[in-house]
Amino acid sequence: MRFQLIGVNHKSAPLEVRERLAIPESRLPDCCRDLTAYPGIEEAMVISTCNRVELITHTTNGHADLRGFLHEHFHLTPEELDSHLYEFREKDAVRHLFRVASSLDSMVVGEAQILGQVKEAYATARAVGAVRGQLDQLLSRAFAVAKRVRSETAVGSSSVSIASVAVELAKKIFGTLEGKTVFIVGAGKMSELAARHLMAHGCASIFVANRTYERAIGLAQKFNGQAIKFDDLYSTCDKADIVITSTGAPHAIFRREHGEQFLSRRKNRPMFFIDIAVPRDVSPEMAKLDGIFAYDIDDLQQAVSSHVADRRKEAELAEAIISSEVERFEARIHTLDVVPTIVSLQDHLETIRQAEIDRVRGRLGQLSPEQEIAVEALTRGIINKVMHTPITTLKSAAKESEATTIVDVVRRLFNLQVKGKEAEQAAAKKDEVGTRH
Amino acid sequence: MSLLWLRFALGCYLIGLVYAFVALTRTSDLFSRIALHAASLGMVFHFVSLTELVLTDRVVWASVHNGESLLAFLSMSFFMLIYTIYKTTSPGVVVFPVVFFLTFVAAVDEQPVLLTQYVSHKGWLIAHIILIFTGYAALVLSFGASLLYLLQERRLKSKKPTSLISFLPALEVIDQIGYRSLLLGFPFMTLGLITGSVVAVTTYGRMDFLDPKILLSVLMWAVYMVMVFTRWNSGWRGRRAAVLATFAFVAALAAWAANYFSTMHRFGAS
Repeated sequence: MRFQLIGVNHKSAPLEVRERLAIPESRLPDCCRDLTAYPGIEEAMVISTCNRVELITHTTNGHADLRGFLHEHFHLTPEELDSHLYEFREKDAVRHLFRVASSLDSMVVGEAQILGQVKEAYATARAVGAVRGQLDQLLSRAFAVAKRVRSETAVGSSSVSIASVAVELAKKIFGTLEGKTVFIVGAGKMSELAARHLMAHGCASIFVANRTYERAIGLAQKFNGQAIKFDDLYSTCDKADIVITSTGAPHAIFRREHGEQFLSRRKNRPMFFIDIAVPRDVSPEMAKLDGIFAYDIDDLQQAVSSHVADRRKEAELAEAIISSEVERFEARIHTLDVVPTIVSLQDHLETIRQAEIDRVRGRLGQLSPEQEIAVEALTRGIINKVMHTPITTLKSAAKESEATTIVDVVRRLFNLQVKGKEAEQAAAKKDEVGTRH
Repeated sequence: MSLLWLRFALGCYLIGLVYAFVALTRTSDLFSRIALHAASLGMVFHFVSLTELVLTDRVVWASVHNGESLLAFLSMSFFMLIYTIYKTTSPGVVVFPVVFFLTFVAAVDEQPVLLTQYVSHKGWLIAHIILIFTGYAALVLSFGASLLYLLQERRLKSKKPTSLISFLPALEVIDQIGYRSLLLGFPFMTLGLITGSVVAVTTYGRMDFLDPKILLSVLMWAVYMVMVFTRWNSGWRGRRAAVLATFAFVAALAAWAANYFSTMHRFGAS
């Protein structure tokens, strides 16, 4: 397991540094190629998002100079860069990648975007042939781990944006949003986003009122809704179950008397005001009315941060999953490590067997087909019996730390050479080993 | 034997009671499932207990304790009905304690006392008991829902972040549960009172409207009607609805307690 990972993220480096390291999508394939061409590196991939830049590699000896690569590639001096870098090797690199893919290392823990970004980075590196054997294994495992974390913990479940918190609150009031009506007062980016979320969760119709009527029409068209003249605001507003308000009015535009009017016209069915205006559009007096639920930007923000805290709690559960997955992956990779040795041991003995048969064939004279089969079976039987113990020992040693010593001993005893090509084919031949033995 | 089964049921409801208290402070899916299973098992025992009562020849249903037992069972049935429709166990917060209390009182001892007067219309009497108790059970549910509504409304109004994670269903769902129980219970209560009057008139030949039982029952029915009306007419909910529901509930309790003072509506031969 000679994985090596180096990088910066939102915690280790300020934006200025991350900006300088960021690699545009179009340059990623080249960067992967450069990296694989760098001394000591066999496989490589590069993740570059706004919060992190990471090089993930599989090296020949576990000690590639990744820092050097970064200095060269980005024309940065060690003084500028090194204090912001983190570097992980072997097991730690595996753990880090698992954490990144599971969104435990993200700024907003649990956000789902990062997994997609890692997948894209993987696809890019794979397309240029920079990811082949070991790294391929590592990444597929990382995706599986991310999936497991997502399904077994609630890390990704709580919503975190203001818009999604608004949806959640609306659901706490109305149960389902099917058939509910939304009213946007004051067209703005944020209210549009909130409205989009609400519509996506089943809200049926939308009204838009804006001081500039044309803007109201523009926004209403986007949602297939209806534009309302600002003067008609109070006479129409009671039709809406959810009101998103963000006007630039200096004073509250919804006051207690309005609230009372709305409620009496609605037969006291509750109304939910999402007040993202500063200063507030809904007066605190109106918010006190039974049946009026008004959340201002601070309330929503507070809900957002509490969700983030919830996710942290779940993240602890996720960390436990990751630890066990790292162990499993390590054991698997170690098994793969001994496979080339086993394969070459088998090949070596097979060559000897063939050579010996050829050597005595002349002395045996003409053999009947039955005799041929008997000789084959006899020689193969001997080889298999001889190989049984060494192979079992190698396989069990793979799970422990002494694997390299034993592999070394076996290679030296039988004078085995594991060629690069063989090592690559090892994984494929693993199954064969199982069947042969 | 009937009492033994009832005590088994009581044991199961105890788990529900514990759930009711725990649920107020924190959410636990597992515990709500356990409470639900315990309650279902309790209902089975309870049903067996009631069936045994019916199978005994006399109109023992008219004993106070058996009445309480029946009411508890009907309340649980309502709770289960709500669970089937809305998949929420939260009304249990109110229903479980009430059911536990009723079952507890009923299970304390045997009280096989019959009506003091000879009742000529046994069928009417049974109809009266079942109808009125169904009405009571619906009232318990509606009362529970209005309390939950208040609780949820307060949580939402407090804007504490924790208000987002709560065992309570959405406000409108609670409202629906309460309103539907109310609507469902009203005809039962009305018919229950009518059949009761029929029994009274045929037994005593007259209605004594000054009898505390009858007075309180009529009062309870009047509050009930006001509740249905205000809700239907102006959509009263939240605090005002809770006040009315509490009032109706207290009237119902008083009407129940009046059994001990009424000269017309007596269970015991005391």
